[in-house]
Amino acid sequence: MSRGVGVTLEDVWIRFGDFVAVREANVNINGGEFFSFLGPSGCGKTTILRAVSGFLEPSDGRILIGGKDMAGFGPNKRPTALIFQNLALFPLMKVWENITFSLEVQGVSKLERRKRADELLDMIALPGQGDKLPSELSGGQKQRVAIARALCAEPDVLLLDEPLSALDLKLRQHMRTELREIQQRVGITFIYITHDQGEALTMSDNVAVMRAGVIDQIADGHTIYNDPATPFVASFVGENNVFRGRIKSIDGKHAIIETNRSGALVARIAPAAIGQLSVGDQAMMFLRPEACNLATETSLTHNRIRARVQNEEFEGQTYNVFLEGDQGKEIKMSLVNVGQDRQSEVGQDLTLEYNPDQAIILPFGELASE
Amino acid sequence: MSVTKAIHNYFERNGLALGSFLLFAVFFWVVVLIILPQLSMLDFSFRHHLPPPEMGGPKDVYTLEHYKYLVLGAPGADSSYNVVDLGVFGRTLLAAVFVTILNLVICYPIAYYLAQTKAGGFARALVLLLIIPYWINEILRAFAFRIIFGETGLINEMMLTLGLIDNPIDFIRANVALYAGLGYAYILLMIFPIYNVIESLDRNQIEAARDMGASWARIHWRVVIPYAKPGISSGCTMVFMLTAGALAAPQILGGPSSLWFTQIIYQWFNQGGNWPRGAAFAIVLLVTCVVIVLSMMRLFKVKMGDIGK
Repeated sequence: MSRGVGVTLEDVWIRFGDFVAVREANVNINGGEFFSFLGPSGCGKTTILRAVSGFLEPSDGRILIGGKDMAGFGPNKRPTALIFQNLALFPLMKVWENITFSLEVQGVSKLERRKRADELLDMIALPGQGDKLPSELSGGQKQRVAIARALCAEPDVLLLDEPLSALDLKLRQHMRTELREIQQRVGITFIYITHDQGEALTMSDNVAVMRAGVIDQIADGHTIYNDPATPFVASFVGENNVFRGRIKSIDGKHAIIETNRSGALVARIAPAAIGQLSVGDQAMMFLRPEACNLATETSLTHNRIRARVQNEEFEGQTYNVFLEGDQGKEIKMSLVNVGQDRQSEVGQDLTLEYNPDQAIILPFGELASE
Repeated sequence: MSVTKAIHNYFERNGLALGSFLLFAVFFWVVVLIILPQLSMLDFSFRHHLPPPEMGGPKDVYTLEHYKYLVLGAPGADSSYNVVDLGVFGRTLLAAVFVTILNLVICYPIAYYLAQTKAGGFARALVLLLIIPYWINEILRAFAFRIIFGETGLINEMMLTLGLIDNPIDFIRANVALYAGLGYAYILLMIFPIYNVIESLDRNQIEAARDMGASWARIHWRVVIPYAKPGISSGCTMVFMLTAGALAAPQILGGPSSLWFTQIIYQWFNQGGNWPRGAAFAIVLLVTCVVIVLSMMRLFKVKMGDIGK
């Protein structure tokens, strides 16, 4: 029952005075897709959402929904529904009135609205709660009411502005699954805004990673995580050890980088950077903590680093080992907890190794600041 | 918690000096300045109008004579009811209701605008413009209105010059000046309570309603006004009470044929020197106003506690 409608942003610029909030955004979202904009606060992702919903017009470029240019259509004329960060339920209306407000606007009779509200309440697993006020519901229940209210208008595109950010961790994880299920059931396009990479990766078909008004990469979660297109994406999505240096040699898909503090290391050139690097260029190598292993041999090759254990952190599923290389380089390594005894002690010297395919090299660039 | 414990805790919290001062101030305010004078007025209203030597004498007994007078008129009068005073009484209340509604209609959009446009400069200038007239005293303001609305006043002159009218309009006789003066006098008391409430309204709710296709009228009807109800009722209560009890504006701006009920009360107290009758009339006005306000609050489902917000 896919009735999803595609959304396209063509060369969209959004300026507030001299400030450029969104710079040349080109995005193509397919109908029925779960699409996320991921980025730190202030990167312009909410601005894009407001432009799609019609609360502001782009300064330049076009926004098309279902192939139709939306310029001049206000939020009440667009086939979109927006779920606000703070949900914005109407506190003085009962739950069922909240849910069917869009039908009330259309002049649907009270009897019919009540019926529709009961259907939607069943769908969000809150049967019989229609006569409560929003203040009588828990955080997760309010969340579901907000979703039902947005879906009641039968929009072609549902826009969600970090709606899970106010929930606690367990509930948030639960709602992720639930949102994804709802999306697949109703089959409409979801555009989701978040700064939480976990949310973006678990729910989305595709993710756009944003930095200071610029979209750095649009791809599915796997690609974003494994083949980041820029140093910003590599450092913002998940954790990464960064090694700065210069390209020493290039061999097909792999290159050796002479790092500043950890010697020559080998890694795969990121697909986005193939053909862009030449010997002598400044570059960065990214190595994920979980891609590090303890070496059984201690002889040095281009995929081994000698370091000393500084600190260890037990996180349950993983041990995080904080290491310091010979020249002071800090490296984080994550070892999966398989019930074994601790393999390292503070002060111990060890050699870590990694599969060169799991480390990537990108041209020098801006990192996500923590 | 026992009473002694509560008192003990109260002094523990506030200290002896501050605690005693607060207690005394509240007691003085409520009992000496509010309750006692009203009680003595109430007492007055049930006594005969006697020359001073006879006060406290055998003739000084409780009576309903003044209340009877308001309803039935002087004994032996032509009509069986006191048509004049009751008529003024009714007209005053109606006019007060009218001024209150007029005020609400004018002030709600202003309050909404001030509260929802966070933009500083213009909004702040507007608030200042609203406050400055209150630095000028009531009498002066009323006379200024008289000048503006007078036969050769600013408005008539302007309309004559523009050729809108051929002869000056008597705004004073038509009570236009009076309603304008009364409405203007209490504009702030209407704006601020509404402004206060709307300011705390989450803007996202308005946007959510707009996103769901609601027109501006519906957004106000279903989202903003229900939320602003405590502020609206608080503003309306103040404006209604003060308008019904106004004296200077009706005295100065009222047309020759129109009398405000407060003017009758004033006449009994002052020119008539009949305090018991004035007190009885004042009490009737007070009680009627309170009853009107309470029934309006019930009608619009406003709780007393909401008004203090």
